[in-house]
Amino acid sequence: MKDNLLHLSDIQSGQNARLKKIIGGQEIRQRLTAMGFLPGQIILVVKNGHPGPLVVKVKESKIVLGRGMSQKIKVEKI
Amino acid sequence: MSNKIKVALAGNPNCGKTTVFNMLTGSNQKVANYPGVTVEKKSGKCHYKDKLIEVVDLPGTYCLSAYSEEELVARHFILNEKPDVVVDIIDASNIERNLYLAVQLMEMRVPLLLVLNMADVARKKGLVFDIAQLEKLLGVRIIETVASKEQGRDELLGAIVQSWQSKTPMLATVRYGKEIDDEIKKIRQIIEENHLPIADKYDKGWVALKLLEQDEEILKACQSEAVAGAVEKGAKYIRDIFKDEPEIIIADRRYGFISGACQETVKSTTIKVRHDISDIIDMVLTHKVLGLPLFILLMYLVFQLVFIIGGWPVLLLEHFFGWMGQGITNIWPTGPDSILLSLVVDGIIGGVGGVVAFLPNILILFAAIAILEDTGYMARAAFIMDRIMHKIGLHGKSFIPMLIGFGCSVPAIMATRILENKRNRLTTIMITPLMSCGARFPIYALLIPAFFPVRLQGPILWILYLTGIVIAIVTAKILRHTIFRGETVPFVMELPPYRIPTLKGIVIHTWDRSKLYLQKAGTIILALSILLWAATTFPKIDISKYQGQKLSVQQIQQLNLTHSVLGRAGKAIEPAIRPLGFDWKIGTALIGALGAKEVFVSQLGIVYSLGNEEANSHTLQTTLRADYSPLQGLCVMLFCLISAPCLATLAITTKETGSWRWGAFQFIMLTAIAYVLTLIVYQIGSVLELGNKIIGV
Repeated sequence: MKDNLLHLSDIQSGQNARLKKIIGGQEIRQRLTAMGFLPGQIILVVKNGHPGPLVVKVKESKIVLGRGMSQKIKVEKI
Repeated sequence: MSNKIKVALAGNPNCGKTTVFNMLTGSNQKVANYPGVTVEKKSGKCHYKDKLIEVVDLPGTYCLSAYSEEELVARHFILNEKPDVVVDIIDASNIERNLYLAVQLMEMRVPLLLVLNMADVARKKGLVFDIAQLEKLLGVRIIETVASKEQGRDELLGAIVQSWQSKTPMLATVRYGKEIDDEIKKIRQIIEENHLPIADKYDKGWVALKLLEQDEEILKACQSEAVAGAVEKGAKYIRDIFKDEPEIIIADRRYGFISGACQETVKSTTIKVRHDISDIIDMVLTHKVLGLPLFILLMYLVFQLVFIIGGWPVLLLEHFFGWMGQGITNIWPTGPDSILLSLVVDGIIGGVGGVVAFLPNILILFAAIAILEDTGYMARAAFIMDRIMHKIGLHGKSFIPMLIGFGCSVPAIMATRILENKRNRLTTIMITPLMSCGARFPIYALLIPAFFPVRLQGPILWILYLTGIVIAIVTAKILRHTIFRGETVPFVMELPPYRIPTLKGIVIHTWDRSKLYLQKAGTIILALSILLWAATTFPKIDISKYQGQKLSVQQIQQLNLTHSVLGRAGKAIEPAIRPLGFDWKIGTALIGALGAKEVFVSQLGIVYSLGNEEANSHTLQTTLRADYSPLQGLCVMLFCLISAPCLATLAITTKETGSWRWGAFQFIMLTAIAYVLTLIVYQIGSVLELGNKIIGV
């Protein structure tokens, strides 16, 4: 299925994005959901240093996401 | 009614749960493992009025699904051990995310109490809480604490006793919307109709909810076709309506419930500050360019601290053990030739004392690590190192145990528990002994000045440490591509806000870990010391044969060692180690070093017929210089760095991996690498006459 969504890893430092969906297994989805990554949630990308991990802000907490993980999160730019 | 109350502490990682635990129990704690898993179980006791309150600190989790060991441990404890009260710690600054776990506890219908921790920090950020209203909406009693300042201890204990006495959870019911609620009801009905045993054990509504969430563990436990069918049907129905998995919809509804409750009760008075203090510190400490150098500088400071401040007490302890040995020898009733005396002084005091003497170093190292952890910097270090670690197929968190490995491999391997993925963890365990531990330092301290001029001593030491790291990286990379092949696990980790650590917390953390080090000295090392002592002492030579010759005490010692099991073993392996540039004397010392690396030095001292006390002195260094080339000296150090980790390390590897095979694998792999590399260095070095060239002869 094609969509126009971006990967979270495509979002530049300092920009916000809205989470649309998480691809990947149930384990990853539940883990991320529990940490506040829900569809509709606004994510602030604090730091996106290629090729390293990302730092994002979700619901008042700062979270480090490995690059691989950030490619499993589909977002739209806002 | 008994007077014992069992309390479980639950909460997100970094919510201040450990601080609350320390506040409640003080130093009255013990650390054990949950049976069968590597998750630490911390428990403690305290008295309040006439009650004995037993507190168990559950692992920090974000939810109670069945995926990670931590989550399962927390869940099983709450379900099966049935604590009288479950206390969920909520970080007041991040209340919505933290309440997600609270809601899951509410779903389990357990006697629940919420602790709103660090409310002072949250208030400074401009948050205002209507606690009474929030209590009403959730149906849970909420206690406010500032655990780092020991505020709210009595209120919390009082509330625990009250909630234990009343035993009537007034918990609010979470609504997931009509469609989901209906499906839960249907599944629940089928559970009841089929009289499943699980329904008597746990709350039926919770079981039905978990089933709809497709919780593998509960599904398996039901063992009922009817239930499985109903769950399948329900899940499909939800999927069709919402175009998403039921567990995601349920999670969404939980957050909806929470934000509904918070909307009325948590108000932000100030306009949100764009950057708080943590953000500002992070701008520097996790800076793209500055982050890594700052991290290296910080590590350098830690090691300086460990060796400079730790140096003096270590010397004092060494003197103390020397003095103790001498004192016992002096007062020994049967004179200095007694075998039993030798066992006590050379075997036990020498062996165990040699390890205990490093305690000051270890204490400082662990205190520094505790400070780095409690301030929140450790998570940043993992972030900074992730880019590098990722290249070798590990992630940033693996760096923390490797760092501890510079102190001692034993606590380092225990620290690999923070890694969730088994392959990741095994790889890290395998390479951790390559971090040059504190016990290898005496070897370098003896050999480097013996063979190299002052201007080269620093660089050689640096090269040795670096070599270990490089080999670790290469080994990890190879392991991840061969036996531990598999996708690098997704890396998710929270960066907690920076906090000023509490003295109590640091003392407790430092002591907890150091205790394990001392335990190792008291058990494994003690046993090995005795074994090694026996191997160096027996069989004894027949003194009467040498009656004619005038032999010094040292010469007799040397003859004894040559004759002993260890000496013979050293001779036996000589053909194998000759290509590395080693003779039987070094072989003997190497076998001795299996027990503990630092034994190498004292063994070499004995082989060269010098008393133990002189082993570190210039005399031995002069003797060594006469017998070996700098290249040989370098090869010995290289071999000691890489080869067979000490037996305590192997024991802990076996324990942590749950199989002696991994211990054996580690031993063989590292020794093989050491052998091959030393062989290459020695052979090429000999041809090029490298040893002489380095020192400029």
